[in-house]
Amino acid sequence: MNRKVIIIGSGPAGLTAALYTARANLNPLVFEGSQPGGQLTITTDVENYPGFPEGIMGPELMDKFRDQATRFGAECHFKHVTKVNFSEPPYKVWVADECYTAETIIIATGASAKMLGLKSESELMGYGVSACATCDGYFFKDKKVIVVGGGDSAMEEAIYLTKFASEVLIVHRRDEFRASKIMVERALNNLKIKVAWNTVVADILGTQKKGVHSVMLKDTQNDKTREEACDGVFMAIGHIPNTDLFVEALDADQAGYIFTKNGSTATNLDGVFACGDVQDNVYRQAVTAAGSGCMAAIDAEKYLENLHG
Amino acid sequence: MSDNVKEITSVNFETEVLKSDTPVLVDFWAEWCGPCRAIGPVVDEIANDYNGKVSVGKLNVDNENQLAMQYGVRSIPALLVFNNGAVVNQIVGAVPKNRITDILNTVISS
Repeated sequence: MNRKVIIIGSGPAGLTAALYTARANLNPLVFEGSQPGGQLTITTDVENYPGFPEGIMGPELMDKFRDQATRFGAECHFKHVTKVNFSEPPYKVWVADECYTAETIIIATGASAKMLGLKSESELMGYGVSACATCDGYFFKDKKVIVVGGGDSAMEEAIYLTKFASEVLIVHRRDEFRASKIMVERALNNLKIKVAWNTVVADILGTQKKGVHSVMLKDTQNDKTREEACDGVFMAIGHIPNTDLFVEALDADQAGYIFTKNGSTATNLDGVFACGDVQDNVYRQAVTAAGSGCMAAIDAEKYLENLHG
Repeated sequence: MSDNVKEITSVNFETEVLKSDTPVLVDFWAEWCGPCRAIGPVVDEIANDYNGKVSVGKLNVDNENQLAMQYGVRSIPALLVFNNGAVVNQIVGAVPKNRITDILNTVISS
């Protein structure tokens, strides 16, 4: 069956696109990917999504997004797209060896946590190295942990980790944080949080069997290194767009963010639209992602109207 | 939870996991873990697909902290594959189903 719309991704952008295309009777099929609900499912309190004055838990908010989309007929499948072929319509999307086709594709695959790129980091991922404080903080009760980064997510992870850890050291390569003022204040006022300014993580030491036992920290001012004992290392150094599947077919910037035409979600291919963090390295908020998901749905609907007259 | 999935606790860990006649896939999870909720239904599917060949259990780390520590779990979801009483493989994080089944198929055929 050739679909009208396939949506790849299930964060705020993908599920808002699903809601709007479902209400337009386009019967959207959503491939949720390996993290249904997207990045908000690994956060706790979302305090800046309008309409929830008391805040709402990220996973709960995303359950509501999905319920609202499926209420109007969107089909959400917990499947991970492995290959696409956009060389001519209908566009093809594969999940392992199952092939699906659609007249329009909405890409909403979002972004993933960036890693430092150290060999030890990938070896120890899940063994003391983590990109998800809310998933793994629990395992660091009364332990010392390090948070790498200086943005809002670094502050949020550090504050969250103080619920479990005895000490949280934020390692940041500059001499000031780029996080919002309210988050910086909250972090710096927390007695369990300390900061190593102008410092980078040069290596992570430990074994898969026994976990992490320390990190090598390098002072960027004088290049001196020192070993700092710790039990866990949490990465919060930013994000990279999940665009590996699309870089051949779609125009993207050097970092991999898909180019969309000004004021729209159109990509360089007719009928292929991109919304949310996969095309946005500026705002990257749940509410802006949802907004652009709505735009993608309306853009897809108009495209289909023109196509079928 | 599928009928083919057993809840693993410190009480039944030895009989259900260590002394099992078949390989065992144990899903270390918790209520508050978003990715665990994502992979939960996949683990249920696997329990049905591999019924009789691999037994499948879920271990709630909130209730069974000691077992999680003992097996060095520092990140969830963690899927540990046991065979003849020992961990023979493990997967950390919510991964596509075929990555789990590939590992199970290797363990079964060995």
